[in-house]
Amino acid sequence: MITAQSDSEFLSEVVFDHFLARHSELPDWLVKQKQASWTEYLALPAPNRKMETWRFANVKGLGVEGFRLAPSLSEEDSQSLIENSQNVKETSGKLVFGNDDLVAEEALSEELSAKGVIFEPLERAFAKHPEILEEFFMAQESALGSEKFAAFHTALNRNGTLLFVPANVEIELPLVSYHWANGGESAVFPHTLVIAKDNSKVTFVDIYGSSDKESAQLACGVSTLYAGPGANVEYHYVQNWNEASLSFNRLTTVAERDSNITAYGLNLGSKHARNEGHTVIEGAGSNAEILSLTVAHKEQEIDQRTLQSHNAPNSRSNLLFKNALQDTSKTIFSGLIKVAEEAQLTDAYQTNRNLLLSPTAEANSLPGLEILANDVKCSHGATTGQIDDNELFYLLARGIDKPTAQKLLVFGFFEEILEKINNEELANYHRELVHQKFEIA
Amino acid sequence: MSVLEIENLKVNIDDKEILNGLSLTLPKGEVHAIMGPNGTGKSTLAKALAGHENYEITGGSATMNGEDILALEIDEIARAGLFLAFQYPVEIPGVSIANFIRAALNSRQEEDIDAVAYYKSLYAEMENLGIDRKFTSRSVNEGFSGGEKKRCEILQMAMLKPEFCILDETDSGLDVDALKVVAEGVNQMRGEERGILVITHYQRLLNYIVPDKVHIMMDGRIVKSGDKSLALEVEERGYDWIKEEIAAGV
Repeated sequence: MITAQSDSEFLSEVVFDHFLARHSELPDWLVKQKQASWTEYLALPAPNRKMETWRFANVKGLGVEGFRLAPSLSEEDSQSLIENSQNVKETSGKLVFGNDDLVAEEALSEELSAKGVIFEPLERAFAKHPEILEEFFMAQESALGSEKFAAFHTALNRNGTLLFVPANVEIELPLVSYHWANGGESAVFPHTLVIAKDNSKVTFVDIYGSSDKESAQLACGVSTLYAGPGANVEYHYVQNWNEASLSFNRLTTVAERDSNITAYGLNLGSKHARNEGHTVIEGAGSNAEILSLTVAHKEQEIDQRTLQSHNAPNSRSNLLFKNALQDTSKTIFSGLIKVAEEAQLTDAYQTNRNLLLSPTAEANSLPGLEILANDVKCSHGATTGQIDDNELFYLLARGIDKPTAQKLLVFGFFEEILEKINNEELANYHRELVHQKFEIA
Repeated sequence: MSVLEIENLKVNIDDKEILNGLSLTLPKGEVHAIMGPNGTGKSTLAKALAGHENYEITGGSATMNGEDILALEIDEIARAGLFLAFQYPVEIPGVSIANFIRAALNSRQEEDIDAVAYYKSLYAEMENLGIDRKFTSRSVNEGFSGGEKKRCEILQMAMLKPEFCILDETDSGLDVDALKVVAEGVNQMRGEERGILVITHYQRLLNYIVPDKVHIMMDGRIVKSGDKSLALEVEERGYDWIKEEIAAGV
């Protein structure tokens, strides 16, 4: 029966068997890992309002039962997604995924391949590079409440990006992956694994989007970045799922000795987005910049939880999350800096700034510190406010009309993040998206 | 009618009367100075004319070339030709000087200004005021020194070419070198097409921007007017003799 077949694709308790049957190509080690994760997923409780890690969140809207394993794309749909995957032109490599299938690929140059760089879709990498994936795939724990969703991801993921940069290799132009969800009720499980070995340098960009504006979709993604000793890793993610969608993302960043990590997040899409960002300082002398910009409108809920874990001395992490809220949108920022006893001479900062552009918008902020070392510099701060009257008066007093003045001030608020992006094409891409979103509202 | 005409202006802040019947006529082509002790309402006059909402007009009139500016919104007053150089220029994070001044110019014309022509004139004015070109991409006033802020005010004035300018304590926080640069910028803008009102606490500025008329302001209105020698007399004798004159009904 056709109905029975399509029912089995919905994300109920039995969907996993169906998934395994459909993907017999997956290697045994991975299937075992998936089976364990599925069991874990079923056993773990759903988020509820009593859980501190889900405080303020609208947990009622997080059910996944209405979504199904995303179907394969028609040739026509694939073509249209490929055409829309042109936002960053100057790249060293590009992957385009539609409903978790690889639909287009611009491979690395021969030069980079010869140096040992790996940039592969997971659908091939699971078979080709098991030595890397068995060690690094889903090797990090959830620390911020998403255990159930991480298990869900592990069980049902089948594609994404593996980017491996060997020691001393520097890649100038960014590598980019596009992840598209297509069609109503589609569930996708995008994955990113970046491993930058000693003294290497790389910029990687994830762009998440939907093929149309209305279809409700589910995205449950996990990204993990490893910056080896002395490595320089820049990561951008653009969360631009359509506003009917539910999205989860867990980003873990591990910084080893003397590494430099910069992560830029841009949150524009989803009806309800939950992002968890865990920065793990494992090596001395490392430096992490963690930046995020959110523009929320209508009834969007953007829920961001962060943890800066300092486990090694003499390192620095600096987090700046800025949210601009319109209409009845809602944001949650919950951030914690944890400094272990041995992490002396840590500099760790955490700032959350919320700009309320509507009296009915709601910004929640929960900053926190947990410091066991005694010689550290740490600060956290959160501000929530409207457009500053003095700033507005100054602009008006130059003859600039009120709507234009307000727009300039809001763009100025965004610029504090955008101006830190060194790659001009990426900066302008982010800028354009942010301005577009603000203009539409 | 090329004149800024203030008649019997009364202004309250939080129901407290700060200006109580101030009258002043500033014709184009002239530079007038207003001096007076602290707390006498000098900055209130500047902000009230610029249209600040916290300043409640309770009486009198203010017209610019015959147009009632008290009936206009803040941005309309500016576009009508009045420029206020702020005593404390406001920092605008994330908005570059170039974009800011361009937005101000665009607000005054139908078509957006040509980018090449704009940068050419901006660079010329910046050079004139000794402002490094790298400032074009810096956020307005953010992290500027006192002197840089005031020069940036004069830069805006030079770019917007207003008919009437009010310089509110432009000399405050400036060392002599910065003061000379700012004064030179203002002097270059003197001319038949413009009236300039310099509000200052100290006579020092008036050595560099020599006024055609000097007005002494006390308790919310102009109590004495004269030529530039009046400023020198205040410098030498303070304000008490004027108070005594008023008390004696001179």
